[in-house]
Amino acid sequence: MYAAVCLRSFRRYSTYRAATGARVFTNTVFGFILSYTYLALWQVRPHLGGYDLSAALTYVWIGQGLLSVLAINDLGALSDLQTRIANGDVAVDLFRPVDQQRWWLAVDAGRAGYQLLTNALVPMLVGGLFFHLRLPQGTAAATVATWAATAVALLLALLVSYAMRHLIALTGFWLLDLRGVQLVYYLVSCFFSGFFLPITTFPPLLEAVARALPFVAVFQVPADVFLQRYDATGTLAALGVQVAWAVVLLGLGRLVQSRAVLKVVVQGG
Amino acid sequence: MAEALHALRCYGHIVRMWIRAALAYPASFWMTMLGNLGASGMDFVIIIVMFLHTHALGGWSLPQVAFLYGTSGLTLGLADLFVGSLDQLGVRVREGSVDTILVRPVPALAQLAGDRFALRRIGRVAQSGAVLVWSLVQLDLAWTPLKALVFVSLLLSGTLIFGSVFVGGSAFHFFMADAAEVQNSFTYGGATMLQYPPTIYARDIVRGTVFGVPLAFVNWLPALYLLGRNDPLGLPSWFRFASPVAALLCVAAAGLLWRTGVRSYRSTGS
Repeated sequence: MYAAVCLRSFRRYSTYRAATGARVFTNTVFGFILSYTYLALWQVRPHLGGYDLSAALTYVWIGQGLLSVLAINDLGALSDLQTRIANGDVAVDLFRPVDQQRWWLAVDAGRAGYQLLTNALVPMLVGGLFFHLRLPQGTAAATVATWAATAVALLLALLVSYAMRHLIALTGFWLLDLRGVQLVYYLVSCFFSGFFLPITTFPPLLEAVARALPFVAVFQVPADVFLQRYDATGTLAALGVQVAWAVVLLGLGRLVQSRAVLKVVVQGG
Repeated sequence: MAEALHALRCYGHIVRMWIRAALAYPASFWMTMLGNLGASGMDFVIIIVMFLHTHALGGWSLPQVAFLYGTSGLTLGLADLFVGSLDQLGVRVREGSVDTILVRPVPALAQLAGDRFALRRIGRVAQSGAVLVWSLVQLDLAWTPLKALVFVSLLLSGTLIFGSVFVGGSAFHFFMADAAEVQNSFTYGGATMLQYPPTIYARDIVRGTVFGVPLAFVNWLPALYLLGRNDPLGLPSWFRFASPVAALLCVAAAGLLWRTGVRSYRSTGS
């Protein structure tokens, strides 16, 4: 059943063609702007943060591609959950014989799948036309392994991102106005996930903070896996960190959800 | 003239109403305002992290880049504060609620620009203004009356140019309500671009901001004069003083686009 929900969600998002086109265009424009700032910086410091110029530019375009897929600065499908909490429709959802957390995960996965095919692919292709980007290199086996590891890292990143956004949406049971919380979340998420600049370019203290937070698992880890910044054991360790965050945050989400449900008062009439 | 005054007065009434509404929930207001302040400050943190690794970006020092950052953010912030609400037009077109607005005896632009006026957007203005003041102190420009005039005209023209992009861009909501996000590329994207020196971009891109969507007139060109820098495009030097002309052209173009948009409005009928 969750697969069916996921598929319907994929289809639903695919009907907003104009909005998708607009999103892709905006991401591409920002990709260009960011690329030129990276170019200027990496020309002065060719191996900043351990990335060469080509890897750094690829990092920019992966970021623009994954911004929507991993919902780094929006709530993704969970904005619907948030609306339903705010207007009380969530009471109807709770009657349904489904697990709420899994239901919304299926909806969000459908969204991410659609955006992977559009918002991720198009900006990366455009970026690849104008800049020299770095694809996985090495022997055939190494290349295949990198692509496979990237796919796994992306799935785990989506899980971690979903778990955090689920928690943010659930705060709606306690707070009336979520705009403040959301804004703060987007800021922290963009900055500490390494979306603007790789966290290896941060000052040591800030880098340590970033490493201790779950946001790295959302963006920098999958990007680094794709750019082959880890050896085999390093990759496994990085994926392990992602799994750990996913388990912890999804568990926390369940806990908060069970508390939140107790708060719901259904008004008759 | 009387019409314009009437429109402004109505805009003022609507704005005051929304400010009172926003202040009715002070906690939420302050949180969102601080959030806005932080959101716009994040870009500056990125610039500072970049300057931890280098003394100059595209040949410009940190105070010089901060000047670009401050002027870009301040002008965008003011434009966003005054007319940024127009980006909700797409939703109204889809719902058909533009009908009610068009039958009221107040110009549609005044109503829609004041609609849900968000005082919290002053957060960006305050943050960019603070960075601008810091950069001016660091730069220690040898002020002359002409420089002061160019500086004031930069702030006014920049706000008008960004405001025109908001108005002109939102006119497209009448044609394609769903593609409204494209406008963000020119407003927020444009402002991000103007935070960095023109020297780091490909020449064709800079040329596009002079002769296409004239964002270069917001701060790049006047900054070349104020900071005494060479023009990477080698344009005639009067371009550095032409921002007010560019701003007036932008306002005219935006007005034309807006009128065309309103005329072509077809109600959804709901």
